[in-house]
Amino acid sequence: MRNMINDISSNKRDVIAQKWKNELSTLKNLCISSKITPDMFEQLNEEFLDMMIRYINQNDIEKDQTLHRFFDKVLQLNMPLKFLTQGLQTFRRVILDVLLQEDVKKEKAIDIYQHVDRLIDPLLNEVVEESSLFWEKTVSAQKTALMELSAPVIPVLENITVMPLIGTIDTERAKLIMENLLDGVIKNRSLVVLIDITGVPVVDTMVAHHIIQAADAVRLLGATCILVGIRPEIAQTIISLGIDLSYFPTKSTLLKGIEHALEITNQQLLKK
Amino acid sequence: MSIQSCVEVRNEWDIVSARQLGRNMAKELGFGTVDQARITTAISELARNIYLYAGHGKVCIEAVEEMGKKGLKIIATDKGPGIRDIRKVMEDGYTTSGGLGAGLPGVKRLMDEFSIDSSVNVGTEIIATKWIR
Repeated sequence: MRNMINDISSNKRDVIAQKWKNELSTLKNLCISSKITPDMFEQLNEEFLDMMIRYINQNDIEKDQTLHRFFDKVLQLNMPLKFLTQGLQTFRRVILDVLLQEDVKKEKAIDIYQHVDRLIDPLLNEVVEESSLFWEKTVSAQKTALMELSAPVIPVLENITVMPLIGTIDTERAKLIMENLLDGVIKNRSLVVLIDITGVPVVDTMVAHHIIQAADAVRLLGATCILVGIRPEIAQTIISLGIDLSYFPTKSTLLKGIEHALEITNQQLLKK
Repeated sequence: MSIQSCVEVRNEWDIVSARQLGRNMAKELGFGTVDQARITTAISELARNIYLYAGHGKVCIEAVEEMGKKGLKIIATDKGPGIRDIRKVMEDGYTTSGGLGAGLPGVKRLMDEFSIDSSVNVGTEIIATKWIR
């Protein structure tokens, strides 16, 4: 069986290559969405085919990781997974086509099918596994990056710190905001903390609730919390929702908040 | 004929996509920024209720037209535990989850029309509409 496949794949390389290329030409529009030029696509295809033929001939590159590296390269190029899966499936089809062109007996045909399946299936598994691993890594890296950005505490003036909030606040982030805020108050010996919600798109009861709790906690530490960056439409929705934000001062802009904070801390900015 | 788009609510991120959908639709229909914020906030509240109390449900946004008026309709449905006492949840400050208890009465004030239909162990359907002034 091995020999037969070997013979065919080396003798009929051109036929296989032609068929494979015809079938894969539909995939060409994939390179429009990724940053691959048509030339590069051709080259990748060529490399892919070469490797597949080597793989079924000797089955030796499995050990030296050439295939593995190739898959990795394709994924790094941001090619869709479809390129690899469809490529492998097409290769299987083409090989079977070529092998079964000659009249073979039924038992032999089944044998061929099974053999080719055993060759291709592990590769498909590997490709899927590798790509899911690749995406998992990307997502977790982004999650970490997002976490680092999510609740910064910035000391701006003596005893005054600012926490700018940008983007959607979910439960996890709300927890982080509270922790960082309280840590920041202690670490910077703040008397006033300004929470800037200019970049928060929606202030619903949950977000408001978290802000109120955070402000309350800051008050327990002996500091004052000022909520700034309230846009007019946000002010109106807060009123409609019936949320009471009168426990702590609120201002429309960060600048007004800082002016108020200077007043509270008995400080003044002087022009030279 | 009306156009309707729906978002399944299963986790916190679905809440964000639901209100994104609502905001885009409100913008297209020609609502002003304040009303856009009202609609988005209302969707946020309703979607969060689904996530918190029912765990799984659906928020649908629909463009409606009635007697020459154009508007936007939010339909939030779930097959959750239902609401035992509707009168109570419409009171300000009533909460079973430690929140502010402003969600449902708030939505009623944010929108122009509001109706709620719920039966225990069957589910809840809330329909709220905002008209363009």
